[in-house]
Amino acid sequence: MAAEGVREIVLAGSKDRDLTKLAAYRAIGGYELLARAREMAPQALIDEFLAAGVRGRGGAGFPMGRKASFLAKGTGKPTYLTVNADESEPGTFKDREIMFRVPHRLIEGCLITAHAIESTNVFIYIRGEYLHEFEILRDALEEVHGAGLLDGVTIVLHRGAGAYICGEETGMLESLEGKRGQPRSKPPFPAVQGLYASPTLINNVETIATVPKILELGGAEYAKLGVENSAGTRVFSLSGNVVRGGNYELELGASLRSLIYDLGGGIPDGRQLKAVIPGGSSVPVLTADEVDTALDFDSMAQAGTMLGSGAVIVIDDRACMVQLGLRVAQFYMHESCGKCTPCREGTRWLVQILHAIEDGESSQDELELLLDVCDRILGKCLCPLGDAAAMPVASYVNRFREEFQRHIDEGGCPYGGASSLDHVLAPVDQHTGTPVPQEATA
Amino acid sequence: MSTFYDEVQEIRARYPEARSAILPALRLAQERHDGWLPREAFEEVADALDLTPAYCRSVASFYDMFHLEPVGRHLVEVCTNVSCALVGAQQVVEALEQELGIEPGETTADGRITLRLVECAGGCGWGTVVAVDHRYREPVRAEDVPGIVQELRNGG
Ligand SMILES: Cc1cc2nc3c(=O)[nH]c(=O)nc-3n(C[C@H](O)[C@H](O)[C@H](O)COP(=O)(O)O)c2cc1C
Ligand code: FES
Repeated sequence: MAAEGVREIVLAGSKDRDLTKLAAYRAIGGYELLARAREMAPQALIDEFLAAGVRGRGGAGFPMGRKASFLAKGTGKPTYLTVNADESEPGTFKDREIMFRVPHRLIEGCLITAHAIESTNVFIYIRGEYLHEFEILRDALEEVHGAGLLDGVTIVLHRGAGAYICGEETGMLESLEGKRGQPRSKPPFPAVQGLYASPTLINNVETIATVPKILELGGAEYAKLGVENSAGTRVFSLSGNVVRGGNYELELGASLRSLIYDLGGGIPDGRQLKAVIPGGSSVPVLTADEVDTALDFDSMAQAGTMLGSGAVIVIDDRACMVQLGLRVAQFYMHESCGKCTPCREGTRWLVQILHAIEDGESSQDELELLLDVCDRILGKCLCPLGDAAAMPVASYVNRFREEFQRHIDEGGCPYGGASSLDHVLAPVDQHTGTPVPQEATA
Repeated sequence: MSTFYDEVQEIRARYPEARSAILPALRLAQERHDGWLPREAFEEVADALDLTPAYCRSVASFYDMFHLEPVGRHLVEVCTNVSCALVGAQQVVEALEQELGIEPGETTADGRITLRLVECAGGCGWGTVVAVDHRYREPVRAEDVPGIVQELRNGG
């Protein structure tokens, strides 16, 4: 196996050892960097983040050091650090593995970052479904507390309750404030008025878990990992039609082909690669011909897509692209918070039109209407959730137009029931409000 | 055992504002009401956090993990999002439908098992992901389904 580009930074040391206990993490030098950081001036730490050139790992890829330097100063209010552990972008399961393998690296990252932004209040917003990871983090925090490492900082582990939109940073803040998780309009930005209207830094789990290593290597040295504009490593979540799905930490700029074929073992059952979603279900798709695109921000942008959350979904030649579009649109429809019209209505339109195309009940006009609806969503919503539905759907039509056309010309799905995604039910299809039978509750 | 009210006060103390404790309080209330939130649950949460029951219900209804209708003693949740669907989630759903004699969203007549479909559970590379009472089984194939159902039937 030619393991091209493998480099463990965030997950370092966790594959051959159990690092979930404090003693084990300390045995590999854990919390030494925290001690060093606390000797440093906060600004010196932010300078290290800036020198490292580390970009956010949650999806948008914003430079972490710059975001930290936007925080409003002298407001008389506390500054908050909120860590985004809501991981719900379909295809993504890396933050989960970071939490269950190296919870202390995440906590050490929180404490170093808190010092850098002069905060004593940290919240980790973990998605409600991650019960096992919650328990691991809770136990790790208890150990850290017992060992006196918090030094006046409080870290509150806050569990979500099942809502993708709470991963959007302002939806998360609303949820933390005890409201429905509906995004806020910006400005004001969280750096000025975030949690409880106070300056707030929001970063993804992987971003924060990178912080101790940035300090260990030094920002300038860390910046040498990866390629231009894409410093460091990322934990890529590999899934779909691939032999060895799982998380693989690679230097940015690594080969997508090598991730799928060498590390992932290729496509099972002798099937052919058809398409790859390179950054979670919200990003535009790549065709099999584009599998040599490098895994970094700029290369993906040049190919018309994004690295997003680092979730690589491999799709073989059994999948119908209309069904794929439908399933993706159903997800975003289900998760639309309902606050703004283009997203709330637009995602419903996408689902209806895609259903009609799949069922052979549409005309040429509807294919154009589908693209028109995408256009009316793109860039017109309160938060990027609408784009997250419109971008992939438009890309499926644009890159697999012929397949959509066949649905219309042939009056139905050319796969004739043999697609791998045939009849897949979505949560929006399931019965709701069907009470438990009376005799059972009596 | 401490009262619900007291437990919520403890949780509330972790946050600068009482309202922030609503999700943990609703979760606790749900655990104490057989896995769902009847009207009394909203009254209890509202009382403990100085909110109104209507407000508590409006928040709960936003989040998929809160149940506004009774559920079975066990919850079987299948991810049918893209990565799991590509590797056979639908076959797992069909096997569960057959084994349980119900459709997604329903509960078996003995009140024992509720079957639900969920969106991406965050185990995509190890799909199909099935959560049984919130503990992930990864991967689950259609042929594993009879064993899982048997286990729940035996377990009470
Ligand atoms: C609809 C939507 C869902 C999101 N979900 C997540 C998520 O689950 N986890 C995450 O870290 N970021 C998510 N984000 C991105 C966050 O808004 C935010 O950019 C990120 O947490 C910032 O951290 P970073 O700069 O370290 O990446 C989401 C964004 C949108 C628009
Ligand atoms: S798609 Fe099933 S766990 Fe992510």
